[in-house]
Amino acid sequence: MKKIKNDGTYYLNPYLGGVILGTFLFLAFYISGRGLGASGAVKNSVAAGVNVIAPEHVAKSAYYSQFAGGDKQPMSNWLVFEVLGVLAGAFLSGIIFNRLKMKVEHSPKITSRRRLIFALAGGLIFGFGSQLGRGCTSGAALSGMAVLSFGGYITMIAIFGTAFLAAWIFRKNWI
Amino acid sequence: MIGSIISSGVISPAWDNFFAVILGMGFGFALEASGFSSSRKIIGTFFGYDFVVVKVFFTAAIVASLGLLYFSYLGLLDFSTLYIQPTFLTSAIVGGIIMGIGFAMGGFCPGTSLCATAVGRLDGLVFFGGMFIGVFLFSEAFPLFESIYNSGSEGAKMVNTVFGISPELFTFFLVLAAIGMFAGAGWVQKRVKKVEY
Repeated sequence: MKKIKNDGTYYLNPYLGGVILGTFLFLAFYISGRGLGASGAVKNSVAAGVNVIAPEHVAKSAYYSQFAGGDKQPMSNWLVFEVLGVLAGAFLSGIIFNRLKMKVEHSPKITSRRRLIFALAGGLIFGFGSQLGRGCTSGAALSGMAVLSFGGYITMIAIFGTAFLAAWIFRKNWI
Repeated sequence: MIGSIISSGVISPAWDNFFAVILGMGFGFALEASGFSSSRKIIGTFFGYDFVVVKVFFTAAIVASLGLLYFSYLGLLDFSTLYIQPTFLTSAIVGGIIMGIGFAMGGFCPGTSLCATAVGRLDGLVFFGGMFIGVFLFSEAFPLFESIYNSGSEGAKMVNTVFGISPELFTFFLVLAAIGMFAGAGWVQKRVKKVEY
């Protein structure tokens, strides 16, 4: 563990962090037969929400009807429980490593407002892409790579390759 | 016990959601403790000042792959009971490109935005909220994208078959590639101007 001077918080050695992450990913497959994810829980939540407001719309939609409606229980889903665990685990880590603090993190060169606008737009675009790509960096790329899925590798390369180029376009927000 | 444990019937499937919470906790803990609740630390990979994403991500992929291959080799795991992400080439590429743009703008991916939210980062919370809008828009516009969504289907294709090699040999090369990347990352990081965050 190395000390970060600015705010006195600690991070795990990245390789140790990777081994812990990989071990839980392995255990997810070994125990439940599936990988870890994040965007799937959002998908189920959206489908469940729309199903409460407009159940006929869900029944007619080729997309929603895969996850909600009928006797499907989109909120009683493995990924939804797993994501609740992610929140709890990250919170626990925040306590241990002294990182719990309400703030908007941003480069000193930009305002909080600008940061939040870009965070909202980024989340929107990422959420949209995660549905087209059948999962995000966790569910499609990382979990797919663990079981040597070709699609998982392609998704990983597409996400990181594009982000490398796009980060340069948006560099004023970061450096 | 031969994995996956839930499919083997040793434990009641009712326990699956309990394990989901525990596994998620380990996932969230590992991400946050590695620094993935900070968008500026994550984005460092793309500017060369902090390669934590590359190091954690590839180490995790290798550890999980090796664990699954060894357990399968030892007869402790039935690979056919695992969910293999199906390959839809077109949507994987187009979806990945869209996700990459969102990544560079927002500084998070879905899992890391959750971790940021858990430790009080409001930019993480806003990113996470934005995802709901994006998922909603995709779901509503699904008929427009249905053909892209379903094109290029190749089933549960394994990456090693693309190269015509065994899963074990592919993973061996992956480990070599990762070590090369880690060394390269260290080399670049030393030469890039430090960014304070």
